Amino acid sequence: MILEGQNLTIGYSDRVVGRDLDVALATGEVLALLGPNGGGKTTLLKTLLGLLAPKSGEVRLDGKPLGRYADRERARLVAYVPQSHSATFAFTVETVVLMGRTAHGSLFSRPTAADRAIAVRVLERFGIGHLSERPYTEISGGERQLALLARALAQEPQFIVLDEPTASLDFGNQGKVMREIRALAGAGHGVLFTTHDPNHAMRAADRAFLLRDGGRVAEGAIGSVLNRPQLEALYGAPVETITDQAAGKIAFLPG
Amino acid sequence: MTRSAAPGLLIALAVLIAGLLLAFMVGRYPIGIGDLFSVLAGKLTGHVSEVPTAVENVILQVRGPRVIAAALVGAALAVAGTAFQGLFRNPLVSPDILGASSGAALGAVLGIFFSLGVFAIQALAFAGGLAAVAAVYLIGSAVRSRDPILVLVLTGVVIGSLLGAGVGLVKYLADPYNQLPAMTFWLLGSLAATGVPDLVPLFGPVALGTLVLLALRWRMNVMSLPEEEARALGVPTGPLRIAIVAAATLVTSASVATAGIIGWVGLVVPHIARTLVGPDFARLIPAAALLGGGFLLVIDTLARTIAPIEIPLGILTAVVGTPFFIWLLASVSKTWS
Repeated sequence: MILEGQNLTIGYSDRVVGRDLDVALATGEVLALLGPNGGGKTTLLKTLLGLLAPKSGEVRLDGKPLGRYADRERARLVAYVPQSHSATFAFTVETVVLMGRTAHGSLFSRPTAADRAIAVRVLERFGIGHLSERPYTEISGGERQLALLARALAQEPQFIVLDEPTASLDFGNQGKVMREIRALAGAGHGVLFTTHDPNHAMRAADRAFLLRDGGRVAEGAIGSVLNRPQLEALYGAPVETITDQAAGKIAFLPG
Repeated sequence: MTRSAAPGLLIALAVLIAGLLLAFMVGRYPIGIGDLFSVLAGKLTGHVSEVPTAVENVILQVRGPRVIAAALVGAALAVAGTAFQGLFRNPLVSPDILGASSGAALGAVLGIFFSLGVFAIQALAFAGGLAAVAAVYLIGSAVRSRDPILVLVLTGVVIGSLLGAGVGLVKYLADPYNQLPAMTFWLLGSLAATGVPDLVPLFGPVALGTLVLLALRWRMNVMSLPEEEARALGVPTGPLRIAIVAAATLVTSASVATAGIIGWVGLVVPHIARTLVGPDFARLIPAAALLGGGFLLVIDTLARTIAPIEIPLGILTAVVGTPFFIWLLASVSKTWS
Protein backbone atom coordinates (compact mmCIF):
# COMPACT_ATOMS: atom_id res chain seq x y z
CA MET A 1 0.00 0.00 0.00
CA ILE A 2 1.25 3.51 -0.74
CA LEU A 3 0.59 6.89 0.88
CA GLU A 4 1.59 9.58 -1.57
CA GLY A 5 1.28 13.29 -2.11
CA GLN A 6 1.53 14.56 -5.68
CA ASN A 7 2.38 18.09 -6.70
CA LEU A 8 1.28 19.40 -3.31
CA THR A 9 0.88 23.02 -2.36
CA ILE A 10 0.50 23.02 1.40
CA GLY A 11 -0.47 25.67 3.93
CA TYR A 12 -3.32 27.29 5.85
CA SER A 13 -6.20 29.45 4.72
CA ASP A 14 -4.15 32.63 5.03
CA ARG A 15 -0.77 31.52 3.73
CA VAL A 16 1.11 29.03 1.58
CA VAL A 17 3.82 27.10 3.43
CA GLY A 18 5.24 24.90 0.66
CA ARG A 19 4.85 24.07 -3.03
CA ASP A 20 5.73 21.49 -5.68
CA LEU A 21 6.10 18.68 -3.19
CA ASP A 22 5.98 15.02 -4.18
CA VAL A 23 6.23 12.50 -1.34
CA ALA A 24 5.60 8.77 -1.36
CA LEU A 25 5.71 6.26 1.47
CA ALA A 26 5.29 2.52 0.97
CA THR A 27 4.48 -0.04 3.65
CA GLY A 28 7.60 -1.65 5.10
CA GLU A 29 9.85 1.40 4.67
CA VAL A 30 10.91 4.30 6.86
CA LEU A 31 11.05 7.85 5.52
CA ALA A 32 12.67 10.63 7.55
CA LEU A 33 11.62 14.23 7.02
CA LEU A 34 14.39 16.70 7.81
CA GLY A 35 14.65 20.45 7.64
CA PRO A 36 15.13 23.66 9.58
CA ASN A 37 12.48 25.10 11.91
CA GLY A 38 9.65 26.78 10.03
CA GLY A 39 10.51 24.92 6.83
CA GLY A 40 7.12 23.24 6.58
CA LYS A 41 7.77 19.81 8.13
CA THR A 42 4.75 19.85 10.45
CA THR A 43 2.47 21.28 7.75
CA LEU A 44 3.51 18.55 5.32
CA LEU A 45 2.97 15.96 8.05
CA LYS A 46 -0.56 17.19 8.76
CA THR A 47 -1.35 17.25 5.06
CA LEU A 48 -0.21 13.65 4.62
CA LEU A 49 -2.25 12.68 7.70
CA GLY A 50 -5.38 14.14 6.15
CA LEU A 51 -5.75 16.65 9.00
CA LEU A 52 -5.09 19.56 6.65
CA ALA A 53 -6.35 19.67 3.07
CA PRO A 54 -3.69 20.47 0.46
CA LYS A 55 -4.21 23.85 -1.24
CA SER A 56 -3.58 22.12 -4.54
CA GLY A 57 -2.40 18.71 -5.64
CA GLU A 58 -3.63 15.52 -4.07
CA VAL A 59 -2.78 13.09 -1.29
CA ARG A 60 -3.72 9.52 -2.13
CA LEU A 61 -3.94 6.55 0.17
CA ASP A 62 -4.04 3.19 -1.59
CA GLY A 63 -4.92 5.04 -4.79
CA LYS A 64 -7.94 6.87 -3.33
CA PRO A 65 -7.85 10.59 -2.48
CA LEU A 66 -7.32 10.97 1.26
CA GLY A 67 -10.06 13.60 1.47
CA ARG A 68 -12.62 11.00 0.40
CA TYR A 69 -11.92 8.81 3.43
CA ALA A 70 -14.13 9.23 6.49
CA ASP A 71 -12.14 10.03 9.65
CA ARG A 72 -12.82 6.55 10.96
CA GLU A 73 -11.82 4.77 7.74
CA ARG A 74 -8.62 6.76 7.47
CA ALA A 75 -7.69 6.16 11.12
CA ARG A 76 -7.70 2.42 10.51
CA LEU A 77 -4.95 2.88 7.92
CA VAL A 78 -2.90 5.84 9.15
CA ALA A 79 -1.93 6.50 12.78
CA TYR A 80 -0.44 9.69 14.16
CA VAL A 81 2.04 9.92 17.01
CA PRO A 82 2.14 13.55 18.19
CA GLN A 83 5.02 14.97 20.16
CA SER A 84 4.84 13.67 23.69
CA HIS A 85 2.68 16.14 25.59
CA SER A 86 0.99 16.52 28.91
CA ALA A 87 -2.74 15.80 28.95
CA THR A 88 -5.47 17.87 30.60
CA PHE A 89 -7.11 14.93 32.33
CA ALA A 90 -5.39 12.09 34.15
CA PHE A 91 -6.50 9.13 32.03
CA THR A 92 -4.68 5.88 32.83
CA VAL A 93 -2.04 4.72 30.37
CA GLU A 94 -4.31 1.81 29.46
CA THR A 95 -7.17 4.20 28.61
CA VAL A 96 -4.84 6.30 26.46
CA VAL A 97 -3.78 3.19 24.54
CA LEU A 98 -7.41 2.02 24.26
CA MET A 99 -8.23 5.33 22.54
CA GLY A 100 -6.25 3.86 19.64
CA ARG A 101 -9.09 1.36 19.23
CA THR A 102 -11.70 4.10 18.73
CA ALA A 103 -11.77 3.80 14.94
CA HIS A 104 -12.52 0.09 15.23
CA GLY A 105 -15.73 0.64 17.23
CA SER A 106 -19.04 2.27 16.37
CA LEU A 107 -20.18 5.74 17.44
CA PHE A 108 -21.72 4.70 20.76
CA SER A 109 -19.46 1.76 21.60
CA ARG A 110 -16.85 1.37 24.28
CA PRO A 111 -13.69 -0.72 23.92
CA THR A 112 -14.45 -4.45 24.08
CA ALA A 113 -12.55 -7.28 25.76
CA ALA A 114 -10.81 -7.89 22.43
CA ASP A 115 -9.71 -4.23 22.31
CA ARG A 116 -8.42 -4.58 25.85
CA ALA A 117 -6.40 -7.66 24.90
CA ILE A 118 -4.82 -5.67 22.05
CA ALA A 119 -3.98 -2.82 24.45
CA VAL A 120 -2.33 -5.24 26.87
CA ARG A 121 -0.36 -6.76 24.00
CA VAL A 122 0.99 -3.48 22.62
CA LEU A 123 1.81 -2.22 26.13
CA GLU A 124 3.86 -5.38 26.72
CA ARG A 125 5.37 -5.02 23.27
CA PHE A 126 6.88 -1.66 24.29
CA GLY A 127 7.79 -2.90 27.77
CA ILE A 128 5.42 -0.57 29.62
CA GLY A 129 2.79 -3.10 30.72
CA HIS A 130 3.52 -2.27 34.34
CA LEU A 131 2.38 1.33 33.74
CA SER A 132 -1.11 0.47 32.48
CA GLU A 133 -2.95 1.64 35.63
CA ARG A 134 -0.78 4.73 36.16
CA PRO A 135 -2.16 8.17 35.21
CA TYR A 136 -0.71 9.30 31.86
CA THR A 137 -0.02 12.71 33.42
CA GLU A 138 2.37 11.20 35.99
CA ILE A 139 4.74 9.12 33.85
CA SER A 140 8.02 10.36 32.34
CA GLY A 141 8.40 11.90 28.88
CA GLY A 142 10.04 8.76 27.52
CA GLU A 143 7.24 6.59 28.88
CA ARG A 144 4.64 8.93 27.37
CA GLN A 145 6.28 8.66 23.97
CA LEU A 146 6.17 4.87 24.25
CA ALA A 147 2.51 5.02 25.37
CA LEU A 148 1.68 7.15 22.31
CA LEU A 149 3.55 4.65 20.11
CA ALA A 150 1.54 1.85 21.74
CA ARG A 151 -1.67 3.77 21.03
CA ALA A 152 -0.69 4.12 17.36
CA LEU A 153 0.07 0.41 17.13
CA ALA A 154 -3.26 -0.42 18.80
CA GLN A 155 -4.88 1.34 15.84
CA GLU A 156 -3.48 -1.54 13.71
CA PRO A 157 -2.65 0.88 10.89
CA GLN A 158 -0.66 0.40 7.71
CA PHE A 159 1.15 3.70 8.17
CA ILE A 160 2.48 5.43 11.28
CA VAL A 161 3.39 9.11 11.16
CA LEU A 162 5.48 10.52 14.02
CA ASP A 163 6.13 14.18 14.77
CA GLU A 164 9.63 14.55 16.25
CA PRO A 165 9.44 11.29 18.20
CA THR A 166 12.81 11.89 19.87
CA ALA A 167 12.39 15.58 20.65
CA SER A 168 12.05 15.50 24.42
CA LEU A 169 13.77 12.21 25.19
CA ASP A 170 17.01 11.39 26.92
CA PHE A 171 19.85 9.69 25.01
CA GLY A 172 18.86 6.15 25.94
CA ASN A 173 15.19 6.62 25.06
CA GLN A 174 16.12 8.23 21.74
CA GLY A 175 17.92 5.00 20.81
CA LYS A 176 14.98 2.94 21.99
CA VAL A 177 12.50 4.89 19.87
CA MET A 178 14.81 4.60 16.81
CA ARG A 179 14.96 0.83 17.27
CA GLU A 180 11.18 0.65 17.64
CA ILE A 181 10.72 2.62 14.41
CA ARG A 182 12.96 0.13 12.61
CA ALA A 183 11.01 -2.75 14.14
CA LEU A 184 7.69 -1.23 13.00
CA ALA A 185 8.94 -1.18 9.41
CA GLY A 186 10.17 -4.75 9.88
CA ALA A 187 6.63 -5.68 10.88
CA GLY A 188 5.33 -4.22 7.63
CA HIS A 189 4.27 -0.70 8.63
CA GLY A 190 5.19 2.31 6.55
CA VAL A 191 6.75 4.86 8.91
CA LEU A 192 7.24 8.59 8.39
CA PHE A 193 8.95 10.69 11.04
CA THR A 194 10.31 14.18 11.36
CA THR A 195 13.54 14.85 13.19
CA HIS A 196 16.07 17.57 13.86
CA ASP A 197 18.94 15.10 14.04
CA PRO A 198 20.31 13.68 10.76
CA ASN A 199 21.92 10.90 12.80
CA HIS A 200 18.48 9.64 13.78
CA ALA A 201 17.56 9.50 10.10
CA MET A 202 20.83 7.61 9.46
CA ARG A 203 19.94 5.12 12.17
CA ALA A 204 16.30 4.46 11.50
CA ALA A 205 15.31 5.54 7.98
CA ASP A 206 15.59 4.00 4.52
CA ARG A 207 15.00 7.26 2.74
CA ALA A 208 15.13 10.92 3.65
CA PHE A 209 13.20 13.95 2.42
CA LEU A 210 14.96 17.28 2.91
CA LEU A 211 12.64 20.28 3.17
CA ARG A 212 13.67 23.93 3.36
CA ASP A 213 11.47 27.03 3.00
CA GLY A 214 8.60 24.84 1.85
CA GLY A 215 10.53 23.35 -1.06
CA ARG A 216 12.30 20.07 -1.61
CA VAL A 217 16.11 20.25 -1.26
CA ALA A 218 16.73 16.57 -1.92
CA GLU A 219 15.04 13.21 -1.60
CA GLY A 220 16.28 9.65 -1.89
CA ALA A 221 18.08 6.79 -0.19
CA ILE A 222 19.78 7.77 3.07
CA GLY A 223 23.26 7.04 1.73
CA SER A 224 22.85 9.31 -1.27
CA VAL A 225 21.00 12.18 0.41
CA LEU A 226 22.59 12.54 3.81
CA ASN A 227 26.04 13.99 3.23
CA ARG A 228 27.84 17.11 4.27
CA PRO A 229 27.10 19.37 1.26
CA GLN A 230 23.38 18.48 1.30
CA LEU A 231 23.06 19.06 5.04
CA GLU A 232 24.98 22.34 4.87
CA ALA A 233 22.64 23.48 2.10
CA LEU A 234 19.62 22.30 4.09
CA TYR A 235 20.44 24.05 7.34
CA GLY A 236 22.54 26.89 5.96
CA ALA A 237 25.20 26.10 8.54
CA PRO A 238 28.52 24.25 8.60
CA VAL A 239 28.40 20.50 9.29
CA GLU A 240 31.22 18.11 10.20
CA THR A 241 31.36 14.44 9.32
CA ILE A 242 32.76 11.87 11.74
CA THR A 243 33.78 8.53 10.27
CA ASP A 244 34.17 5.31 12.19
CA GLN A 245 36.44 3.28 9.87
CA ALA A 246 36.10 0.03 11.83
CA ALA A 247 32.28 -0.01 11.80
CA GLY A 248 32.05 1.69 8.43
CA LYS A 249 29.57 4.25 9.81
CA ILE A 250 29.40 8.01 9.66
CA ALA A 251 27.81 10.60 11.90
CA PHE A 252 27.25 14.33 11.63
CA LEU A 253 28.07 17.13 14.02
CA PRO A 254 26.78 20.67 13.74
CA GLY A 255 29.93 22.67 12.93
CA MET B 1 -10.79 0.13 34.58
CA THR B 2 -13.92 -0.54 36.54
CA ARG B 3 -11.85 -1.71 39.49
CA SER B 4 -11.52 1.68 41.14
CA ALA B 5 -14.87 3.06 39.97
CA ALA B 6 -17.24 1.34 42.38
CA PRO B 7 -16.22 3.07 45.65
CA GLY B 8 -16.35 6.52 44.04
CA LEU B 9 -19.79 5.91 42.54
CA LEU B 10 -21.04 4.55 45.88
CA ILE B 11 -19.83 7.70 47.64
CA ALA B 12 -21.62 9.83 45.03
CA LEU B 13 -24.80 7.78 45.51
CA ALA B 14 -24.52 8.16 49.29
CA VAL B 15 -24.24 11.95 48.87
CA LEU B 16 -27.44 11.98 46.79
CA ILE B 17 -29.33 9.84 49.32
CA ALA B 18 -28.11 12.00 52.21
CA GLY B 19 -29.23 15.09 50.27
CA LEU B 20 -32.66 13.57 49.63
CA LEU B 21 -33.18 12.66 53.29
CA LEU B 22 -31.99 16.05 54.47
CA ALA B 23 -34.21 17.91 52.02
CA PHE B 24 -37.32 15.91 52.99
CA MET B 25 -36.76 15.98 56.73
CA VAL B 26 -35.39 19.44 57.52
CA GLY B 27 -37.49 22.58 57.41
CA ARG B 28 -39.97 24.75 59.25
CA TYR B 29 -41.98 21.58 59.75
CA PRO B 30 -39.45 18.86 60.72
CA ILE B 31 -40.34 15.35 59.61
CA GLY B 32 -39.07 12.12 61.18
CA ILE B 33 -37.46 9.45 59.07
CA GLY B 34 -40.18 6.94 60.06
CA ASP B 35 -42.99 9.20 58.82
CA LEU B 36 -41.08 9.91 55.62
CA PHE B 37 -40.68 6.23 54.78
CA SER B 38 -44.23 5.23 55.65
CA VAL B 39 -45.63 8.04 53.47
CA LEU B 40 -43.33 7.21 50.54
CA ALA B 41 -44.00 3.45 50.96
CA GLY B 42 -47.73 4.14 51.21
CA LYS B 43 -47.58 6.21 48.03
CA LEU B 44 -45.75 3.42 46.19
CA THR B 45 -47.85 0.49 47.42
CA GLY B 46 -51.19 2.27 47.52
CA HIS B 47 -51.74 1.57 51.23
CA VAL B 48 -53.20 4.32 53.35
CA SER B 49 -50.55 5.36 55.86
CA GLU B 50 -51.36 6.30 59.43
CA VAL B 51 -49.31 9.46 59.23
CA PRO B 52 -51.24 12.73 59.81
CA THR B 53 -52.49 14.35 56.59
CA ALA B 54 -50.54 17.50 57.32
CA VAL B 55 -47.27 15.55 57.34
CA GLU B 56 -48.24 13.75 54.16
CA ASN B 57 -48.99 17.08 52.49
CA VAL B 58 -45.64 18.52 53.48
CA ILE B 59 -43.84 15.49 52.07
CA LEU B 60 -45.80 14.98 48.87
CA GLN B 61 -47.17 18.42 47.97
CA VAL B 62 -44.79 20.96 49.49
CA ARG B 63 -41.35 19.37 49.54
CA GLY B 64 -41.73 16.53 46.99
CA PRO B 65 -41.72 18.56 43.76
CA ARG B 66 -39.04 20.89 45.09
CA VAL B 67 -36.81 17.97 46.13
CA ILE B 68 -37.14 16.30 42.74
CA ALA B 69 -36.49 19.59 40.95
CA ALA B 70 -33.40 20.33 43.06
CA ALA B 71 -31.96 16.87 42.37
CA LEU B 72 -32.67 17.19 38.63
CA VAL B 73 -31.33 20.74 38.29
CA GLY B 74 -28.18 19.90 40.27
CA ALA B 75 -27.60 16.77 38.21
CA ALA B 76 -28.25 18.65 34.96
CA LEU B 77 -25.83 21.48 35.72
CA ALA B 78 -23.14 19.04 36.85
CA VAL B 79 -23.52 16.84 33.77
CA ALA B 80 -23.43 19.86 31.45
CA GLY B 81 -20.33 21.17 33.23
CA THR B 82 -18.66 17.78 32.88
CA ALA B 83 -19.36 17.75 29.14
CA PHE B 84 -18.11 21.32 28.58
CA GLN B 85 -14.95 20.81 30.65
CA GLY B 86 -14.09 17.73 28.59
CA LEU B 87 -14.94 19.36 25.29
CA PHE B 88 -12.95 22.51 26.01
CA ARG B 89 -10.15 20.53 27.66
CA ASN B 90 -10.22 22.87 30.60
CA PRO B 91 -11.32 22.06 34.15
CA LEU B 92 -12.20 25.72 34.82
CA VAL B 93 -15.04 25.87 32.30
CA SER B 94 -18.71 25.90 33.31
CA PRO B 95 -22.03 25.23 31.50
CA ASP B 96 -22.73 28.89 30.82
CA ILE B 97 -19.47 29.35 28.92
CA LEU B 98 -21.25 29.57 25.56
CA GLY B 99 -23.89 32.05 26.69
CA ALA B 100 -26.60 29.55 27.65
CA SER B 101 -27.29 31.24 30.98
CA SER B 102 -27.18 34.81 29.70
CA GLY B 103 -29.45 33.90 26.78
CA ALA B 104 -31.89 32.21 29.13
CA ALA B 105 -31.72 35.20 31.50
CA LEU B 106 -32.61 37.66 28.74
CA GLY B 107 -35.49 35.43 27.64
CA ALA B 108 -36.84 35.25 31.17
CA VAL B 109 -36.58 38.95 32.03
CA LEU B 110 -38.30 39.78 28.74
CA GLY B 111 -41.07 37.36 29.69
CA ILE B 112 -41.44 39.06 33.08
CA PHE B 113 -41.26 42.53 31.47
CA PHE B 114 -44.15 41.72 29.15
CA SER B 115 -46.07 40.20 32.10
CA LEU B 116 -46.30 36.78 30.49
CA GLY B 117 -47.36 33.64 32.34
CA VAL B 118 -44.98 31.27 34.12
CA PHE B 119 -44.86 28.81 31.25
CA ALA B 120 -44.22 31.50 28.66
CA ILE B 121 -41.35 32.81 30.81
CA GLN B 122 -39.85 29.33 31.03
CA ALA B 123 -40.27 28.79 27.31
CA LEU B 124 -38.60 32.14 26.55
CA ALA B 125 -35.73 31.32 28.90
CA PHE B 126 -35.31 27.97 27.21
CA ALA B 127 -35.41 29.48 23.71
CA GLY B 128 -33.05 32.27 24.77
CA GLY B 129 -30.47 29.78 26.02
CA LEU B 130 -30.57 27.66 22.90
CA ALA B 131 -30.54 30.71 20.59
CA ALA B 132 -27.56 32.24 22.38
CA VAL B 133 -25.51 29.06 22.04
CA ALA B 134 -26.56 28.63 18.41
CA ALA B 135 -25.46 32.22 17.68
CA VAL B 136 -22.15 31.71 19.46
CA TYR B 137 -21.61 28.50 17.56
CA LEU B 138 -22.40 29.99 14.15
CA ILE B 139 -20.20 33.04 14.71
CA GLY B 140 -17.42 30.87 16.14
CA SER B 141 -17.55 28.54 13.14
CA ALA B 142 -17.60 31.40 10.65
CA VAL B 143 -14.32 32.73 12.06
CA ARG B 144 -11.64 30.56 10.47
CA SER B 145 -8.96 29.80 13.00
CA ARG B 146 -6.52 27.08 13.88
CA ASP B 147 -7.87 27.09 17.41
CA PRO B 148 -11.65 26.73 17.04
CA ILE B 149 -12.12 26.01 20.75
CA LEU B 150 -10.55 29.30 21.82
CA VAL B 151 -12.61 31.22 19.23
CA LEU B 152 -15.76 29.55 20.54
CA VAL B 153 -15.01 30.44 24.16
CA LEU B 154 -14.15 34.06 23.33
CA THR B 155 -17.28 34.40 21.20
CA GLY B 156 -19.24 33.05 24.16
CA VAL B 157 -17.76 35.70 26.43
CA VAL B 158 -18.54 38.50 23.97
CA ILE B 159 -22.10 37.38 23.21
CA GLY B 160 -22.65 36.78 26.91
CA SER B 161 -21.73 40.36 27.75
CA LEU B 162 -24.01 41.69 25.00
CA LEU B 163 -26.88 39.62 26.40
CA GLY B 164 -25.97 40.86 29.87
CA ALA B 165 -26.36 44.42 28.58
CA GLY B 166 -29.79 43.44 27.27
CA VAL B 167 -30.74 42.08 30.69
CA GLY B 168 -29.53 45.33 32.25
CA LEU B 169 -31.64 47.40 29.86
CA VAL B 170 -34.80 45.39 30.54
CA LYS B 171 -34.23 45.71 34.30
CA TYR B 172 -33.72 49.47 33.90
CA LEU B 173 -36.99 49.80 32.02
CA ALA B 174 -38.92 47.44 34.30
CA ASP B 175 -41.53 48.49 36.84
CA PRO B 176 -39.47 48.72 40.04
CA TYR B 177 -42.31 47.58 42.29
CA ASN B 178 -43.89 44.67 40.42
CA GLN B 179 -41.41 43.42 37.88
CA LEU B 180 -37.92 44.19 39.16
CA PRO B 181 -38.15 42.01 42.32
CA ALA B 182 -39.36 39.05 40.23
CA MET B 183 -36.53 39.53 37.76
CA THR B 184 -33.92 39.82 40.46
CA PHE B 185 -35.26 36.77 42.26
CA TRP B 186 -35.21 34.79 39.04
CA LEU B 187 -31.73 35.94 38.05
CA LEU B 188 -30.37 34.79 41.41
CA GLY B 189 -31.92 31.33 41.18
CA SER B 190 -34.70 29.78 43.23
CA LEU B 191 -36.80 26.66 43.51
CA ALA B 192 -39.32 28.21 45.92
CA ALA B 193 -42.15 28.31 43.38
CA THR B 194 -41.57 24.85 41.92
CA GLY B 195 -44.64 22.66 41.64
CA VAL B 196 -45.57 19.35 40.04
CA PRO B 197 -46.33 20.90 36.62
CA ASP B 198 -42.74 22.19 36.42
CA LEU B 199 -41.28 18.72 36.61
CA VAL B 200 -42.19 17.40 33.16
CA PRO B 201 -40.57 20.20 31.10
CA LEU B 202 -37.54 19.83 33.36
CA PHE B 203 -37.22 16.05 33.33
CA GLY B 204 -37.69 15.49 29.57
CA PRO B 205 -34.81 17.63 28.25
CA VAL B 206 -32.50 16.74 31.15
CA ALA B 207 -33.01 13.00 30.58
CA LEU B 208 -32.64 13.33 26.81
CA GLY B 209 -29.46 15.39 26.93
CA THR B 210 -27.89 13.20 29.60
CA LEU B 211 -28.66 10.04 27.63
CA VAL B 212 -27.01 11.48 24.51
CA LEU B 213 -23.90 12.38 26.51
CA LEU B 214 -23.84 8.93 28.16
CA ALA B 215 -24.10 7.25 24.78
CA LEU B 216 -21.12 9.26 23.53
CA ARG B 217 -19.05 8.60 26.68
CA TRP B 218 -16.10 6.92 24.96
CA ARG B 219 -15.99 9.42 22.11
CA MET B 220 -16.01 12.20 24.75
CA ASN B 221 -12.83 10.72 26.24
CA VAL B 222 -11.16 11.00 22.85
CA MET B 223 -12.64 14.49 22.28
CA SER B 224 -10.76 15.71 25.35
CA LEU B 225 -7.51 15.25 23.41
CA PRO B 226 -6.20 18.01 21.14
CA GLU B 227 -8.42 18.34 18.05
CA GLU B 228 -5.96 16.93 15.51
CA GLU B 229 -5.15 13.95 17.67
CA ALA B 230 -8.82 13.13 18.10
CA ARG B 231 -9.35 13.31 14.35
CA ALA B 232 -6.29 11.14 13.69
CA LEU B 233 -7.85 8.57 16.03
CA GLY B 234 -10.88 8.48 13.76
CA VAL B 235 -13.31 10.77 15.57
CA PRO B 236 -15.30 13.21 13.39
CA THR B 237 -14.73 16.11 15.78
CA GLY B 238 -16.91 18.71 14.00
CA PRO B 239 -20.26 16.87 14.09
CA LEU B 240 -19.54 15.38 17.51
CA ARG B 241 -18.79 18.80 18.99
CA ILE B 242 -22.17 20.04 17.75
CA ALA B 243 -23.90 17.00 19.27
CA ILE B 244 -22.19 17.46 22.65
CA VAL B 245 -22.77 21.23 22.77
CA ALA B 246 -26.45 20.73 21.81
CA ALA B 247 -27.01 18.06 24.45
CA ALA B 248 -25.27 20.04 27.20
CA THR B 249 -27.10 23.25 26.23
CA LEU B 250 -30.47 21.46 26.24
CA VAL B 251 -29.78 20.23 29.77
CA THR B 252 -28.56 23.66 30.94
CA SER B 253 -31.44 25.59 29.39
CA ALA B 254 -34.05 23.28 30.90
CA SER B 255 -32.63 23.75 34.38
CA VAL B 256 -32.22 27.51 33.98
CA ALA B 257 -35.81 27.75 32.75
CA THR B 258 -37.01 26.01 35.93
CA ALA B 259 -34.73 27.34 38.63
CA GLY B 260 -33.23 30.53 37.25
CA ILE B 261 -29.51 31.09 37.18
CA ILE B 262 -27.53 28.97 39.61
CA GLY B 263 -23.81 29.32 39.05
CA TRP B 264 -20.88 27.25 40.24
CA VAL B 265 -22.57 23.83 40.42
CA GLY B 266 -21.40 22.99 36.90
CA LEU B 267 -17.89 24.08 37.71
CA VAL B 268 -17.34 22.65 41.18
CA VAL B 269 -19.16 19.31 41.00
CA PRO B 270 -17.43 17.84 37.89
CA HIS B 271 -14.10 18.48 39.53
CA ILE B 272 -15.08 16.64 42.73
CA ALA B 273 -16.53 13.83 40.63
CA ARG B 274 -13.25 13.55 38.74
CA THR B 275 -11.28 13.15 41.95
CA LEU B 276 -13.73 10.43 43.03
CA VAL B 277 -13.91 8.26 39.89
CA GLY B 278 -11.22 9.57 37.49
CA PRO B 279 -11.62 11.27 34.12
CA ASP B 280 -13.28 8.44 32.14
CA PHE B 281 -16.68 9.83 31.09
CA ALA B 282 -18.35 6.42 31.41
CA ARG B 283 -18.23 6.84 35.20
CA LEU B 284 -17.66 10.59 35.39
CA ILE B 285 -21.10 11.46 33.97
CA PRO B 286 -23.07 9.24 36.42
CA ALA B 287 -20.89 10.36 39.34
CA ALA B 288 -21.34 14.04 38.45
CA ALA B 289 -25.13 13.58 38.13
CA LEU B 290 -25.40 11.92 41.56
CA LEU B 291 -23.11 14.43 43.27
CA GLY B 292 -24.72 17.43 41.57
CA GLY B 293 -28.16 16.31 42.69
CA GLY B 294 -26.97 15.79 46.28
CA PHE B 295 -25.08 19.09 46.30
CA LEU B 296 -28.04 21.19 45.15
CA LEU B 297 -30.39 19.40 47.58
CA VAL B 298 -28.13 20.45 50.44
CA ILE B 299 -27.85 24.01 49.08
CA ASP B 300 -31.60 24.28 48.58
CA THR B 301 -32.29 22.97 52.09
CA LEU B 302 -29.91 25.60 53.47
CA ALA B 303 -31.57 28.26 51.30
CA ARG B 304 -34.98 27.71 52.90
CA THR B 305 -33.86 27.05 56.48
CA ILE B 306 -30.89 29.18 57.56
CA ALA B 307 -32.71 32.51 57.53
CA PRO B 308 -36.25 33.77 58.13
CA ILE B 309 -36.48 34.57 54.40
CA GLU B 310 -35.43 32.34 51.53
CA ILE B 311 -31.90 32.98 50.35
CA PRO B 312 -31.40 32.83 46.56
CA LEU B 313 -29.58 29.67 45.47
CA GLY B 314 -27.13 31.52 43.26
CA ILE B 315 -25.86 33.45 46.28
CA LEU B 316 -25.25 30.31 48.34
CA THR B 317 -23.52 28.47 45.49
CA ALA B 318 -21.32 31.53 44.92
CA VAL B 319 -20.33 31.59 48.59
CA VAL B 320 -19.32 27.92 48.31
CA GLY B 321 -17.95 28.15 44.78
CA THR B 322 -15.67 31.17 44.93
CA PRO B 323 -13.18 29.81 47.49
CA PHE B 324 -13.29 26.47 45.70
CA PHE B 325 -12.49 28.11 42.37
CA ILE B 326 -9.55 30.03 43.81
CA TRP B 327 -8.19 26.83 45.30
CA LEU B 328 -8.74 25.03 41.97
CA LEU B 329 -7.02 27.82 40.04
CA ALA B 330 -4.02 27.66 42.35
CA SER B 331 -3.70 23.88 42.12
CA VAL B 332 -4.52 23.49 38.42
CA SER B 333 -2.30 26.28 37.11
CA LYS B 334 0.75 24.41 38.42
CA THR B 335 0.14 21.60 35.98
CA TRP B 336 -0.51 23.82 32.95
CA SER B 337 2.33 23.76 30.50
